[in-house]
Amino acid sequence: MSQIGSFALLLALALSTYSFLAGVLALARPGPGSERLGETARRAGIATFAVVFLAALILVISAFQDDFSIAYIFHHSNRDLPAPYKFATLWSGQEGSLLFWSLLLSAYGLVLRLRHKTDARLFAYASAIIAAVQIFFLLLLNFAAHPFALMQGELPADGAGLNPLLQYPEMVIHPPMLYLGYVGFTVPFAFALGALIMRYPGEKWIHITRRWTMVTWAFLTCGVFLGAHWAYSVLGWGGYWGWDPVENASLMPWLTGTAFLHSVMMQEKRGMLKMWNMWLIFATFWLAILGTFLTRSGIISSVHAFAQSSIGGWFKWFLLITFVTFAFFFFKNKSHLRSEHKLESLISRESSFLFNNLLLLLACFTVLWGTWFPLISEYVQGNKVTVGPPFYNKVAIPVALLLLLLTAVGPLLAWRKTSFESLKRNFMWPALGALLVGILMIAFGVRPWQDIAYFYALMAAMLSALVALTVASEFIRGGRVISRHTGQNLLASMVHLFHRNTRRYGGYIVHFGVAVVIIGILGTPFNQDKEKEMGFGDKMIIGSYTLVCESYTQDDNPNYTNEWAIISVFKGDHKIETMYPERRFYKASQQPQTLPRIRSTYKEDLYLTYEGVNEATGRPIIKAHLNPLVMWIWVGVLIMIGGTILALIPNAAPVRVTAPARIQAAPAGAGD
Amino acid sequence: MKRTKTNPIFRRGLHVALLCLTVFTVLGASDEGARFNNLGHRLMCVCGCNQILLECNHVGCTYSERMRGELMAGLDRGENDDLTLQDFVQKYGPTVLAAPTATGFNRVAWIMPFLALVLGLLTTIFIVLAWRKRPALAAPGGVLPVSGGELEHFRTQARKDTQI
Repeated sequence: MSQIGSFALLLALALSTYSFLAGVLALARPGPGSERLGETARRAGIATFAVVFLAALILVISAFQDDFSIAYIFHHSNRDLPAPYKFATLWSGQEGSLLFWSLLLSAYGLVLRLRHKTDARLFAYASAIIAAVQIFFLLLLNFAAHPFALMQGELPADGAGLNPLLQYPEMVIHPPMLYLGYVGFTVPFAFALGALIMRYPGEKWIHITRRWTMVTWAFLTCGVFLGAHWAYSVLGWGGYWGWDPVENASLMPWLTGTAFLHSVMMQEKRGMLKMWNMWLIFATFWLAILGTFLTRSGIISSVHAFAQSSIGGWFKWFLLITFVTFAFFFFKNKSHLRSEHKLESLISRESSFLFNNLLLLLACFTVLWGTWFPLISEYVQGNKVTVGPPFYNKVAIPVALLLLLLTAVGPLLAWRKTSFESLKRNFMWPALGALLVGILMIAFGVRPWQDIAYFYALMAAMLSALVALTVASEFIRGGRVISRHTGQNLLASMVHLFHRNTRRYGGYIVHFGVAVVIIGILGTPFNQDKEKEMGFGDKMIIGSYTLVCESYTQDDNPNYTNEWAIISVFKGDHKIETMYPERRFYKASQQPQTLPRIRSTYKEDLYLTYEGVNEATGRPIIKAHLNPLVMWIWVGVLIMIGGTILALIPNAAPVRVTAPARIQAAPAGAGD
Repeated sequence: MKRTKTNPIFRRGLHVALLCLTVFTVLGASDEGARFNNLGHRLMCVCGCNQILLECNHVGCTYSERMRGELMAGLDRGENDDLTLQDFVQKYGPTVLAAPTATGFNRVAWIMPFLALVLGLLTTIFIVLAWRKRPALAAPGGVLPVSGGELEHFRTQARKDTQI
């Protein structure tokens, strides 16, 4: 099996190389035979998918067959590992995750190559660029991180097992989502670079890649937040985001990708920011690769760096080559990227996009700077420093609040120019609503002058309310206009409105989701925690909950031994739940792992961890966290994903008006 | 002797302001638990788990419990925050602090994001001003874009032509 896998990887490298070389040759020398040569390049690209898929399939089958002659399977699986985790073995280690990356890239390439008739020449350029990226990953797989490398000496009876932190259901879906996001940005990058090389006129490449970008962004969003949810559910420290370098690595391309999604609208609508968009999509692709480099090279320590090796050098060269290539073609062909329009007013949708991009890029820079500063410090001062949550909380939170303000104001601004009167008219009610939220929060005991964290929480609540209210007001105002014309009720009119411009209103739903996420995050300053050694019948009170230890016990399973406590949760005199915080000891890897138990409500999460046993008394130590509003983070993410899916629905055909109707002025902010 | 008559509303307002000031000053006073919590969140656990000291729940961690004890002992000795943190730096090295200090080269860590914000803002304002000054590009074929009354005339005509 391993030999077939190894051969498949070599064949994939040969096919990708052919796809790239033949593709470039066909594009560089247009002539009688070039079309047929280009077609062979396209087919070689398609075949690459089949061969990489075969290699990945063999690795998964080897995991299920407990083939410990393959070193990768030995290091990341064991006989008693449950089936879903054996499947997840594919992306649980260095070599497997690179193979998975390659598989996803070839799958994206397959879809692109099958749709080549949309614009044969632009697709041929994009196909060649994707083949070039594919070559890099296949070179790594064949010569630096071979997933089918064999064990030396006597074969072990059982594998070393999967890292306990990865033995959690979300790990079966979190990495694929994140990788679909990372890898997916290769496609719009390939189209952008292709358009740049061929001096492609117009904005067609943006129209072609719009859906790719939105889908990719949705995957990355999903991946980032699944990672946060995994950290919350598995790491057991009661939080979901620790500003760890690997978390930061996933956030950076998300930030630039979000900036790109906004600024392409400027190019589509007004023919502006063409050069900027080129650099933005390049930066997004580049940061996705940089993230992989950070995760894999081990140059920065992280709780998430599950696979570290010496492949950092390969990534450095790849990052350098892609930068030089992109910069070369940019400076060679930038003359055709001149803006077609001028900015007419400071109070306009265009300037709101500019400031939105500035803040997103600033947030990205802050995260990048904080991630790399320990290395810079070591280089300059000779000693490393830690750049942890206190730094990011001080620097990134004000930027996030400004972004939230723009999220609220931006949709109210019209393209080209917005009059102050219209801004005042559209902004007044949402602003009053936000002010009311602030007053209510102070009335209910939030004291922003006591602690900067409370001040941020208050601002975040007010701005989130502002975003939600502006989104609602946009739907209601647009719905009313349609309702007057069609006689439909307001709800039906709003649905009608949505179908007329799914991208715009889907985008508003995403904005609403962001506001809901922020509401979830703003509970953080009000977190409480308590720790207590709990024997039979011992009580611990946290918030409105009383926890009673009913029992504590141990068990033995094929994959692990475990000890856990049985905790009854009371609210007043009513028992509302029994929770089982647990600690496991995995036999194969010989590693312990805590498993928190979480009771989630819309108001707060009760989060219990089994910290260990007091050796002197033999009684368990239980830590309880009370985390307000956390559930809204996950609800907000679902709304964001839902909004993106809705934005992907094609617009409904324009409705024919059969009777003369007076034309109404479109509400402010009309247009995308 | 004639007493100066003070406006009662002003006097009441002054009382309220004084009361608020006193209450807020008292509210701001920190107790030992809050200091422990604050300092514990400014330190890292040094076991290699990369977590904030008070958030380290690393199973079998040999450092966090001891470090929490040392922090408590430092507070019991009546040391101020800076001295307590300095004790940790001397014992565990500069990486024990969860964020760079505002001294020496470490200041750069704090300055750069704000410098980037200022530079970014200046660049954006410069771009906006440059764009506003830029003359509108002529449409292909040398036709100038219509505006104002002429544009409204075309709009009215288009409405008439497309009405059913």
